[in-house]
Formats: sequence, structure tokens, C-alpha cells
Amino acid sequence: MRLPNWLSQHLAALRALLVLTVLLGLAYPLAFVAIGQVPGLSGKAEGSLVTMADTTVGSSLIGQAYTDADGNPVPKYFQSRPSKAGDGYDPTSTGASNLGPESVVDTLSDNPDDASQSLLTQVCERSVAIGKLENVDGTRPYCTPDGVGAVLAVFYRDGLTGPVTRAVSVNQTADPFIQTYAGVTVEPAVPGTDYVAEGGVITPIRGDAPDKPAVPADAVTASGSGLDPNISPAYAELQVPRIARERGLTEDAVRALVKQNTDGRALGFLGEPAVNVLELNIALDAGK
Amino acid sequence: MAGWIFVITLVLALVAVYRPFGDYMYRVVTGKRNNVVERGVYRLVGVDPGTEQTWGVYARSVLAFSAVSVLFLYAFVRLQDKLWLSLGFDPVNSHVSWNTAVSFVTNTNWQAYSGESTMGHLVQMAGLAVQNFVSAAVGIAVAVALIRGFASRGSGALGNFWVDLTRITVRVLLPITALVTLIFMIGGVVQNLSGGTDVTTLTGAAQHITGGPVASQEAIKLLGTNGGGFYNANSAHPFENPTTWTNWIQIFLLLLIPFSLPRVFGRMVGQNRQGYAIVAVMAVLAIASIALTVGFELHGAGTVPQAVGTAMEGKETRFGIPDSATYAAATTLTSTGAVNSFHDSYTALGGMMPMVNMMLGEVAPGGTGSGLYGLLILAIITVFVAGLMVGRTPEYLGKKIGAREMKLASSYFLVTPALVLIGTAAAFATGNNSTALNVGPHGLSEVLYAFTSASNNNGSAFAGITVNTPWWDTALGLAMLLGRFLPIVLVLALAGSLARQKATPESEGTLPTHQPLFVGLVVGVTVVLVALTFLPALALGPLAEGLS
Repeated sequence: MRLPNWLSQHLAALRALLVLTVLLGLAYPLAFVAIGQVPGLSGKAEGSLVTMADTTVGSSLIGQAYTDADGNPVPKYFQSRPSKAGDGYDPTSTGASNLGPESVVDTLSDNPDDASQSLLTQVCERSVAIGKLENVDGTRPYCTPDGVGAVLAVFYRDGLTGPVTRAVSVNQTADPFIQTYAGVTVEPAVPGTDYVAEGGVITPIRGDAPDKPAVPADAVTASGSGLDPNISPAYAELQVPRIARERGLTEDAVRALVKQNTDGRALGFLGEPAVNVLELNIALDAGK
Repeated sequence: MAGWIFVITLVLALVAVYRPFGDYMYRVVTGKRNNVVERGVYRLVGVDPGTEQTWGVYARSVLAFSAVSVLFLYAFVRLQDKLWLSLGFDPVNSHVSWNTAVSFVTNTNWQAYSGESTMGHLVQMAGLAVQNFVSAAVGIAVAVALIRGFASRGSGALGNFWVDLTRITVRVLLPITALVTLIFMIGGVVQNLSGGTDVTTLTGAAQHITGGPVASQEAIKLLGTNGGGFYNANSAHPFENPTTWTNWIQIFLLLLIPFSLPRVFGRMVGQNRQGYAIVAVMAVLAIASIALTVGFELHGAGTVPQAVGTAMEGKETRFGIPDSATYAAATTLTSTGAVNSFHDSYTALGGMMPMVNMMLGEVAPGGTGSGLYGLLILAIITVFVAGLMVGRTPEYLGKKIGAREMKLASSYFLVTPALVLIGTAAAFATGNNSTALNVGPHGLSEVLYAFTSASNNNGSAFAGITVNTPWWDTALGLAMLLGRFLPIVLVLALAGSLARQKATPESEGTLPTHQPLFVGLVVGVTVVLVALTFLPALALGPLAEGLS
């Protein structure tokens, strides 16, 4: 019996797919799973797990949150970057904030489920909190002193032009961060109001914060994976005095440990210098 | 400074491999001998490797193989809970399954799911990763068939799809992938079948360290310009891309085949200089795009980047800004779509560049194979435009570009813009744009990016948009399917038409297609065509955001 042409063609396609699936989908990956068992490679193939006193405490490649049950930083540990993986550093839910560069208006609501923070407010809030923790100035450009985005909705008489008729601090429900804007008294925001729909022009206010904030960039931004195992040497340096104080060590001793756990740029030009936080904290615990 | 050295070393490495690797691929696709593995595959499949196919048979073979692949993969993910190593995950729902099956077969690898919480290990390695290989091989096979059309002396034959598929897989993709898998494992990429390890962190919290056969999938994800990550965070995840040097290798890998295929083209048409001209077009566009992307990101414009000090949101500490931006440009210049940082949080103009790269049609250098055939179509359009200027019948490599060829080439060019613009308009008309996380111009950018990525088979995302609703999965699935196979059929039809022509000898009126003038013309035609098509949409999205 001769099969119709189109059918035999699809059967050939199916046979090809099955043959290639066995070769590429089973033989090849399983061979490398086997190779991954070879001593010297197995630790990495299994996920670079780190043990301390016979307990597996994590993976040297995967970041952790060094916070207590309430989410507050545990002061004797170097802190990681903010994370958007699940509730923070959750490898079963990796990812980023995906908020854009002009995400500056919070959704205010009395119901916490409906409220959401703009990326700007998240940055400002983190900066103020870290400033307080490390005893440095936590102010940043475009941030209010209390740690939300310094953003006005400005209403003009003729839409986009003409004198200012009204100004609202869109991320604050109480005292606005400035009294007046272009001669108009600034109002606090009323939750649930869409000031853009009402014709307000969103205007971030730079303020007089220093160009180079004391709290480094990586400390106030979430990474892409949400599992970033590293912090910048600048953020580590910022934390050195606190760690030294909490652990009764000299700052130089802590700095030496930071240095041991810092990778410079590979070959001098690849990537950025980075401090491995888990290995650093383990080194601190081991030396206590 | 280190960032620029990073880019320069990549360029130098690609220049170094262009000839040897291109020559190797040339021998693979033109050689007469089949090795023992290949002969075994032909016997099991039941094809005669000596048979030459016309364009119609070649196209039907491509479509049959892809149709079977979509059905197989759909069934695989729907039934994953019945199979081994499912890690206890539920079967994937019907619309995500459709989207995923189409996505991986079309070399798009758009992901409407989150890898670590949806797909078991068996589906990942025997379903998704297999398509990473074969969809890449299909792209190269179609490109090679088009080159055979140019090189043919009038026989009308384009080679044999099954032979091309098998040889490219066995002799090009598999050996490099195997080598890179080992290198990645040395770098720390995981390769196991574990369901994960529960650990107690230093502060006493529970953390579930995930496992999986990641290294074997990671290598082909990049080499085949696929881009579908094992985990949701893709190449930002430390288990996929643990170090700064694996990051360099990843970018090199995804550029390797697309940038070396013009050598195969030059060899097969018997004039290496034609290959150099094509690769020069690719290089000019690619270098300009990478420089602009890195420049925009380092400049860090926008309210949030200004508040932060640099555009670090969504980027990993170890990669930093230049190496992340280079990755973003490279992944969208090719059809890869893997990401090591999240484009949604890029500066407005930095985030526009990946979109522009995809809108260029991914020809600089484009996906494995698809980049070369896309650029050859643009070269044909350029020859035609230049022919109109001097009033002569246009010809390219001794083949006359007549009415039939131009109809096919123009139809090819119209497919993706139509899909992108109609799709974006449909999303807004039906209110489905409301799943975007951001509002205003950035919300439009998210929708536009999604359709641009799907129609061009890229697969990267402005991830702040919820796309696993039935409407989005279906619409983007259609965009991917049509965006892949309509152009392929048109390219093969064009190849068939060229293959039936006898070569015309060059005359004084023939436009030389190997000189800088022609390179400049192709670059110009590409940029002008894209600008005319997409500028209005870009003006409403990223340009409005970046300039306001």
C-alpha cells in the first residue's frame, strides 16, 4: 500500500523529530548530568552549595536576605540588594521589578491591596532606611526627606501652558515636601484620585540632594534575577562600620574580610568588581 | 572604559572566527559525505540523502517538520504531570501550551510562563531544548537553500531539507554545544536532575535552591539564538550565567553563527567578497546599535536613574551597566531574546534600542539563518532600488531580479510590520493593553515591544506586561507563527525562482554588489524602510517618554 504523499511526509517528519529527541533531548543532556558527577565538577553541577557546621546554608551563587522574620535587617550581617524574587531572594520565583524609568507616581489607597509604590518611591524609601541604618545621609535627587518620590502634578491654565493654577504632591497624603510651587500652595494627594486624567502634568522635583548620594546605586535597586549574590564594594564599605561595631571587630579587620571576598573584574575588563555577600557573612560567622 | 574593551574583544573574536568557522559550515552544508550518525538518522527517518528537492518540496518538508514539532511539544507540556521528572508541576493550561509550543518551534522562545514554577525537567530537556536545536537548524537550512538558489545554474533544485537539518544539527550545533556545556559547568552553571535543595539561610529562613539540567540547555539557547531561559530570570539568573566571563561567552555564542554565515554565502556563490559585503552591512548596523545602547544606558537619563545615580534597576552587580547593555543589544540584534538584565527598567532611549534592533528585522546579524536570508532580501530590494535609479534591469549575483522576485521580496518585508502594527492596534482596540504594568507612553512601549518581539521571533520582553491571558497567548502565538513561516515560504519561493534561472553574465550596467557603495546602500535602505514603517509608533512610545 502506498501512503498519500502528504501523509508520508508528515510521518517522516515525526520520525525525524523522535530520532532527534532521543539524541538531543535525552542522550546529550543525560551524558552531561553524568559528567557533572565527576569529582571537581560535581559541586558546581549541584549548585555550588555551601555548608557550615554540617548544615547546608545556601549556594554561593544565590543571594540571600539577611533579615529577621519581620523583614528588618539583622545588623551583624552585611545586607544584600533589594530583591523582587517572590518575597525576596526566592529561587522559585525569580525576576525583576520591571518598572520603567518614569515610574514615579504611587497608587495611593487606604486598602493596602490596591496601593502600589512607584519605582521612584521604592528607591527613595530604601535610601532613607539604609541611611538611617548606616548613619549616613539617605537623601537622593527627586526624593522627599521622608522617603517617597518628590513628584508634583502641576495644572496649567491652558493645559500645557499658561500660569500654574494648582499643584499636588501626588505621592504624599500629609504635609507636602514643598510649601509652594510657582506661587501656588502645594496640596497633599487624595487617595484614589487620578491627577493625570484630571489634566495634571507630572513634574518630578530634583530638590537639593547631592549628585552623588551616600547610599550607593546597587543598595537601592533590585537586580534582574532577584537573586544577585553580590553587592558593590562601595555598598560593602558603607556597611563596614556597622558590622565592626556589632561584632566587636576593628573596621580594618572587617575590611580585610571584604577584600578577601571581592572579585575584581575578570581579566581586568569583564563585568564589575563585586563582593559575595554569603561568603563574606560566613567568613564573619566563622571568625567570631 | 572596561565596557568598551568588552565590546572590542567581542568584535575581535568574531573577526577571528569568521573565516575558519564559516569555511567549516560551508563544508558541512556542501560536502558529499555523510558520517555514521547522519546515515543512521537518514535510515531511521526513511529518507534518501541523495534526493534533491524543488522549492515546493523543501518548503513542505520544513512545514511538515514544524507542524509535527508544534503538536508534539503541545502534547508534551499538556501531559507533563504524567511523565517523569515533572517535579509535581501541573499540566500547563491550553493557551500557555499553545503559546509555548509555537514559541519554541519558531525559534522565538517567548515565555508566557515562569520556568522554575511551571516546567518539569523532562519537558525542559526533551521538549524545549530539542526545539532549541532544530529550530535553529531549520533557520540555517532555509538560508542555505536561498544561497543555493543564487548559486544554481538553472536546475531548480535547492538541496534536501532532511540532510541539511541533520548535518547542521549533528556537525555544527551539537559539538559546539557540548563543548560550551562543559565550559559553563566549570563556570558554575548547574547540571543535575534534582528537584532542588532546601537550605536554612544564615538568618534561619528557608530557601529552596532549584536544580535542573541547565548547562546543556543554556549552551544551545545562545548558540541557536533561541533565548528561552531555564528559569524566569533567564541569563540574569546566577545558575544560568554565573560569572562575568560566562557572560562574555554567552554574547559571543549568540553572535557566532549569524556573523559567520555570510562566509558560507560567499563561498557558495563563489565570491568571498560578496560575503564580506554582507557581513560589513551587519557589522555597521550592529556596532552602531551596541554603541548607542551602551551610551544611552551609561548616560542614565530619566527620573529614576537620576535619583539612583545610574540605571542599575534590573541589572546584576557582577555584570554592571555596559556589559548588560551590550547583552541587550546583541540579544535583539540576533533573534535570541535571552536577557541578562531587564529591559523594562532601562532608560527610555536605552530601552528603545532593543526595540529598534528587532524592528530592523533582525538582520544585523539576525537569527541563525533567518538573519542572513532577511539581509539578502534587503540586498535584493537595494539592487532593485539602485536599478530603478540607473534604468536597468536589476540583477544580483548573475540572477535577474524581475517582477516575481520583487513581489516575493516585498511581501517578505511587509509581513512583520503588518503583524506588529496590527497586533498592537488590536491589543488597544480590545482593551487587552490594560495588562501592562506601566501606564502612558511606557505602557504603549510594553505592548509594542511584545508584538515586535513575537513577530520577529525574538522572544525578549519588556517583562512588565502580563501576557499569560488567553487573548495574549493566542495573539502572540499567531504573530510568532506567521512571523516565522510566511517569510520562510516566501524565501523558499524566491530561492526556487532564482534556482530556475541560468546565470546572466555581468555587464557594464551591473551594480557591483561587493563594494562599499553597495554596503552603504543596503544600510541606508534598511534604516529608511524601518524608519518609515515604525517611526510613528516609536514616537508615541519610547520617544515620547525619553523626550518629555
